Amino acid sequence: MDLENQKRVKDIVEKHGEENVIVLLGAAEAEASGLAAETVTNGDPTFAGPLAGVQLGLRVYHVVEEQFKGEVDADTYEDQIGMMEMVLDVDEIVSEMTEIRNEFCKFND
Amino acid sequence: MSDYAVIKGTSYILAHTPDMILHNGTTQTMERLASPQSEYLKQIPNYLRSFDEVLSYPPNQVYVGNNKPEELHKYEKPWFDKKIEAASRYGWFGEIMPQDEFLALIKMVDVFDLVLLEKSFTNVAKKKINNHPMMTSNLKSRLKDGEDIAVIEKFIKEQQAEALYHDSKLVGCVKRAHEIDVNLNAHVIHENLISKASGVLAFLNLISKNDIDVDSIDYVIECSEEACGDMNQRGGGNFAKAIAEMGGAVNATGSDIRAFCAAPVHALITASALVKSGTFKNVVIVAGSAVAKLGMNGKDHVKKGIPILEDVLGGFAVLISENDGVNPVVRTDLVGSHKVGTGSSPQAVMTSLIADPLDKGGLKITDVDKYSVEMQNPDITKPAGAGDVPESNYKMIAALGVKRKELERKDIATFAKEHGMPGWAPTQGHIPSGVPYIGHAREALLNGDIERTMVVGKGSLFLARMTNQFDGVSVIIEKNIVGADEKATGISEDEVKKMIAEAMRNFASHLLEG
Repeated sequence: MDLENQKRVKDIVEKHGEENVIVLLGAAEAEASGLAAETVTNGDPTFAGPLAGVQLGLRVYHVVEEQFKGEVDADTYEDQIGMMEMVLDVDEIVSEMTEIRNEFCKFND
Repeated sequence: MSDYAVIKGTSYILAHTPDMILHNGTTQTMERLASPQSEYLKQIPNYLRSFDEVLSYPPNQVYVGNNKPEELHKYEKPWFDKKIEAASRYGWFGEIMPQDEFLALIKMVDVFDLVLLEKSFTNVAKKKINNHPMMTSNLKSRLKDGEDIAVIEKFIKEQQAEALYHDSKLVGCVKRAHEIDVNLNAHVIHENLISKASGVLAFLNLISKNDIDVDSIDYVIECSEEACGDMNQRGGGNFAKAIAEMGGAVNATGSDIRAFCAAPVHALITASALVKSGTFKNVVIVAGSAVAKLGMNGKDHVKKGIPILEDVLGGFAVLISENDGVNPVVRTDLVGSHKVGTGSSPQAVMTSLIADPLDKGGLKITDVDKYSVEMQNPDITKPAGAGDVPESNYKMIAALGVKRKELERKDIATFAKEHGMPGWAPTQGHIPSGVPYIGHAREALLNGDIERTMVVGKGSLFLARMTNQFDGVSVIIEKNIVGADEKATGISEDEVKKMIAEAMRNFASHLLEG
């Protein structure tokens, strides 16, 4: 995750509290999704940005995961994300995201 | 005859500049500031390719036109350890210039005496560049005797001149053009002169390889990603006219178009519209390189034990002219554009860039034989975690086709092979963006191998912090169909046959030269 976005996540969490923030990802593949998810839960794995060593443990989901998809209007989802859902390796992304959440997310919901 | 503008000629050039990776690529210069003793910086010399390795690298030979994009399918990926035997420096579209000649060229295009080259280096480089088949007497005369190394060292030490290296040895410098103005400091002048020099090389190749009368060019649009100006007008311009001057286009004026990586396709559409409207007859679009992007993904390449593949500067030029009944036409009525209100979801982007121009022409996704998208070489991007960019684009176009019910879901997997190409362009920002295929497309459309292609350019405007908007434009290029209405306008079948014969003769003569 680039340094500017790390700073934005950090600022938002400071303002609203960890329990009130959800991070949504739209990365194109599993590895990049996992790295971004790790950054907002366990801290920046590259130790380069403002979240280096900062364990926010936030709720983090990819937009192709059921937890997000089930919450939004189906037509809008189809309109905005349906095409990418066809292209992305959804199973791999879900597995990567689940793994990171199970290991580092502070919230068990 | 339809009055669409045509693609009359193209050129594609590379310059192999290994020393600039370490000294001028931002990944490396930032690393040096952050940790001067970094392991990565120490390792770089072990991961540089020789000129011969750069020549025989299959994607580079495709870029300069000696091999077709489809031929890359013959080589199993990755390609960095594959070779094209007997690879030539000179290509059907352009050339790959070695570093010493390119440094001499920077000096030749410098009109403010800002570049100093050392004496003995100049002697060697002068002999080489004076043998270059396209150097005009005017350009040759601009390379005088060199300077003492002590003078060069003094400028670097006392006036922050930007050093120029060859084979890890100091051979020259670029001086600052103003004591205080950061827009004219040595770093900026160096970057701009390199962009200018590579643009000039692309321009010279365009003229020479396509037998163009340079006096016939009346407008030039430059579309790189650099900015030249001073403290009162940071991006005042104008690279276009500066390049036209060096290329000897005495009847041309011009201007610069900026839109990050999307600029070349904006320029292609604008140039074609200027010609179609009759405002100008022969418009060149040209772009030089982005030296800052050398070694951009070098850390990942070194980490994975592969050579630093971003070791070449890129450039290209295209001549857009009035319809000659032979060359492929630019369908300026079938244009796609990412509008302010389009939104940034991939689906919205692809609809605006791919579906809109198709709908305007009553076409289906599969009616376009080849899509030229962001043609980045996957050898460079995959080790850096950015995936195979053209392949991702083709998957998205195919998925759009499924949504439009023009393709079956199972076709997504094979769409890239049938309607796409493997990427071959260096990651020089604007250079890979849609335009690398125009040269190959022109050949394929002239030979009748394909009927239609779409060129798509995209740009990340948010990098300039002026807007969060993404950008993109696209345009369809088609085979020139000489129909009944054309005959009515007076061009006889015989004349057309003559024109085709002439084009074929030119093609053959270039094959012999290549």
